[in-house]
Amino acid sequence: MIRLPMILFFSAFLFSAGVYGVLVRRNAVMILMAIELMLNAVNVNLVGFSASLRAMSGQVFALFIIAVAAAEVGIGLAIVILLFRNRESINIDEASQLKW
Amino acid sequence: MTGQEYAFIVLAAVGSLSAIATVTARNVVHAALYLVVTLSSVGAVYLLLGAEFVAWVQILIYVGAIVILFLFGLMLTKAPIGRDSLDNQHPWVGGVVGFGVFAGLAWLIQDAFPFADSVASPGFRGSTQAVGQAIFHSYVLPFEAVSFLLLAALIGAVVLARKDDEP
Repeated sequence: MIRLPMILFFSAFLFSAGVYGVLVRRNAVMILMAIELMLNAVNVNLVGFSASLRAMSGQVFALFIIAVAAAEVGIGLAIVILLFRNRESINIDEASQLKW
Repeated sequence: MTGQEYAFIVLAAVGSLSAIATVTARNVVHAALYLVVTLSSVGAVYLLLGAEFVAWVQILIYVGAIVILFLFGLMLTKAPIGRDSLDNQHPWVGGVVGFGVFAGLAWLIQDAFPFADSVASPGFRGSTQAVGQAIFHSYVLPFEAVSFLLLAALIGAVVLARKDDEP
């Protein structure tokens, strides 16, 4: 059995790497990848607490989050492909039409 | 320290290093492959934690489907290679914020769950049967909501990515 703080530190590290990726990347697909890292960090937390508290709810919600992440990637990549078709580029700092 | 904890440390180190490589890689395809390593080690961590169904779903959905979707997205959009074109002009802002998030979370974690107090409780095995019973006994309504969400996302993705022929 693994002690809970180790799992939580791993999850925090994955989440911080995801935050860094979202803030630093320009390419929209790379930003979606970093978002996947953050969602995985949340899942690690849920499964870790599920094992620690000996309850099944954490695993069930981890499965729900995996399903929502799959939906999010599908929609996100559709938007990215639409953006590429309209602007010949998926750098998000060039898609600033709605900014002000 | 138990054997499981040593295995967890190895898996967490591999997953963390490849997560760093994912967000710093200069080549987009390499980043997707590093993401595969991270997701696989997270799946192995699930196995260590006794969540076998979640582990296999992680491998099937994330490594099998989502990364393939990413690779399709990368190939359909012919992303440029090189750090200057992949990253924005101020990477240190992201570095400061990312490190700040990690420091804050680490402080909160060691405050709420002190490492010295934590005990290695005996193993917990969340079998697939128990997961299924929990979903279809206590969480039927969220399950239906998720399936509806997936249907809506499917239709939305088709509508968004379709080519408009009519003017």
